[in-house]
Amino acid sequence: MRQVVVIALNTFRENLRDKILYNLLFFAVLLIGFSVLLADLTIMEHQKIVTDMGLAAINLVGVIIAIFVGIGLVSKEIERRTVYTIMARPISRTQFILGKYLGLMLTLFVNILIMVVVYLATLQVYRAPVPWALLQAIELIFVELLLVTALALFFSTFSTSTLSAIMTLGFYVIGHLTTDLKGIAQKSHSEAVKAVMTGIYYLCPNLEMLNMKGQAAMGASVPLSYQAWASAYGLLYAALLISAACAVFQRRDF
Amino acid sequence: MDAILVEEVTKKFRPGWPGLPPVTALAGLSLSVHKGEIYGFLGPNGAGKTTTLKILLSLMRATSGKVEMLGKPAGDLEVRRRIGFLPEAPYFYDYLTAEEFLAFYGHLAGLERGELSRRIDHLLEVVGLRDARTRQLRKFSKGMLQRVGLAQALIHDPELVILDEPMSGLDPLGRKHVRDLILGLRDQGKTVFFSTHIIPDVEMICDRVGIIVKGKLMASGRVDELVSHGHTQSVEIVCEGIKADEVPSITALATRVLQRGRHCLVALPEPNQLEDVLAMIRARGGRLVSVTPQKGSLEELFFKEDDMTVSVRSDTKV
Ligand SMILES: Nc1ncnc2c1ncn2[C@@H]1O[C@H](COP(=O)(O)OP(=O)(O)OP(=O)(O)O)[C@@H](O)[C@H]1O
Ligand SMILES: [Mg+2]
Repeated sequence: MRQVVVIALNTFRENLRDKILYNLLFFAVLLIGFSVLLADLTIMEHQKIVTDMGLAAINLVGVIIAIFVGIGLVSKEIERRTVYTIMARPISRTQFILGKYLGLMLTLFVNILIMVVVYLATLQVYRAPVPWALLQAIELIFVELLLVTALALFFSTFSTSTLSAIMTLGFYVIGHLTTDLKGIAQKSHSEAVKAVMTGIYYLCPNLEMLNMKGQAAMGASVPLSYQAWASAYGLLYAALLISAACAVFQRRDF
Repeated sequence: MDAILVEEVTKKFRPGWPGLPPVTALAGLSLSVHKGEIYGFLGPNGAGKTTTLKILLSLMRATSGKVEMLGKPAGDLEVRRRIGFLPEAPYFYDYLTAEEFLAFYGHLAGLERGELSRRIDHLLEVVGLRDARTRQLRKFSKGMLQRVGLAQALIHDPELVILDEPMSGLDPLGRKHVRDLILGLRDQGKTVFFSTHIIPDVEMICDRVGIIVKGKLMASGRVDELVSHGHTQSVEIVCEGIKADEVPSITALATRVLQRGRHCLVALPEPNQLEDVLAMIRARGGRLVSVTPQKGSLEELFFKEDDMTVSVRSDTKV
């Protein structure tokens, strides 16, 4: 456990010293505050736009960090050969992977926290309501980010950074379309299309399940049981991906 | 029990394209390193030195064969607590300062805070980086990186130290520092196993050497044994007051005659002609300055073991 923590804290420190993170954070704050410019709207419209934009910005910046830091987590260590000196220490490869993942999780958490604070402050400025549903949506965004990070980490254990980025992005996009895919499968007359679409439907994580931004902005919350199930689904999926990443990494020659 | 035991290890790399033959990096390598000695692992580029070290540290798996360190199979996590490793041309987290960098590896090795800060002070002193303590590694020169890498390998006071080309990238003074450091480790009873392709480094400090060529151990043993074995001793004479290169009887016997200002150097292939040549020098009014027997060097052995180099040499003779 100690080894995992040492790696995680160092990964967190690496992220903190990376300038890109600050740029992204700045970008998010800009987006959240952007609505200030839209002056000729009614108060109601204004509040709605601030609420929508804020959630979207938090989600977008989170996903960018998850994918682009996630794919480098392990592959950069291998490319730069920093992994040699670390693996020569009393630490197992599984501990290393877990540490890297936890480190980025911590980074994401802190980033989301900062963005949410800015977001809530902006909502206050506009006297916009802060319904419970908003916090639910943010929690599910965080679960989605953990899943996307796990995807990025998994791909990066066996392919190049560019390919990992493309695949993660692909899974992310398809993950939001899985319900449509099922629809296509049901309507299609071709058996092949049916099989492929159904296959993708079951293989890809269903990210729409974790997306309640739209309804949250309207103030419509979901039952706690749904939130719990959706979170459990996302975390379990992430855990499976991390285990697979460990298994692949275990076998690698450096 | 040996510090390192390698038995009949082979390593084949899968070819880049299917259908090509696999690359054999190690072809049945066996060697052993005793406790408390400095062992030099010498071989030309591409001989398989780095591959061997990676297998020792289980960064790679051998295709076949047995590897043990400090009596435990390679891959044993606990035994790695007692081993320090510096990889070839190391690259480290460049966002860390020297101090943070060493602390990171110390934590991984399980050092506690008090002990750790004492070790960091000590090692920064030893490798001569005390002034760079709070500088980020991205601002380090190549030689400084090599030094901080050495400090990293020693942070947890390991019994067995494995170094891949520890002197590469260092200036002559830096090389001497590293040699002294390695000798110091032996004085503390540690075992040092290091690879290099630079022969004088090995000749100067190693108790034993192993020569690896094309993935096989071609020779191993004490440096003086390897060197004297089957080699004739040549002799170098330095004299003054005579132009030896104008004396045909001397140039006929010598392998080389050089005039350097007042001094003249005469190299003889064998010591038994020494008296004759000395007599000739005196007869011409020359005075003897020094006579130095030239030991054979590992270099000759190294070249002899490497078939390719031998053929190149014989080509140049023709
Ligand atoms: N990952 C790899 N894939 C394929 N071949 C490899 C790999 N690593 C090493 N080799 C091959 O194995 C052989 C031995 O390489 P190795 O790096 O062990 O040599 P070395 O003795 O360390 O050389 P140098 O003195 O240049 O560092 C070389 O022919 C090299 O091309
Ligand atoms: Mg090498």
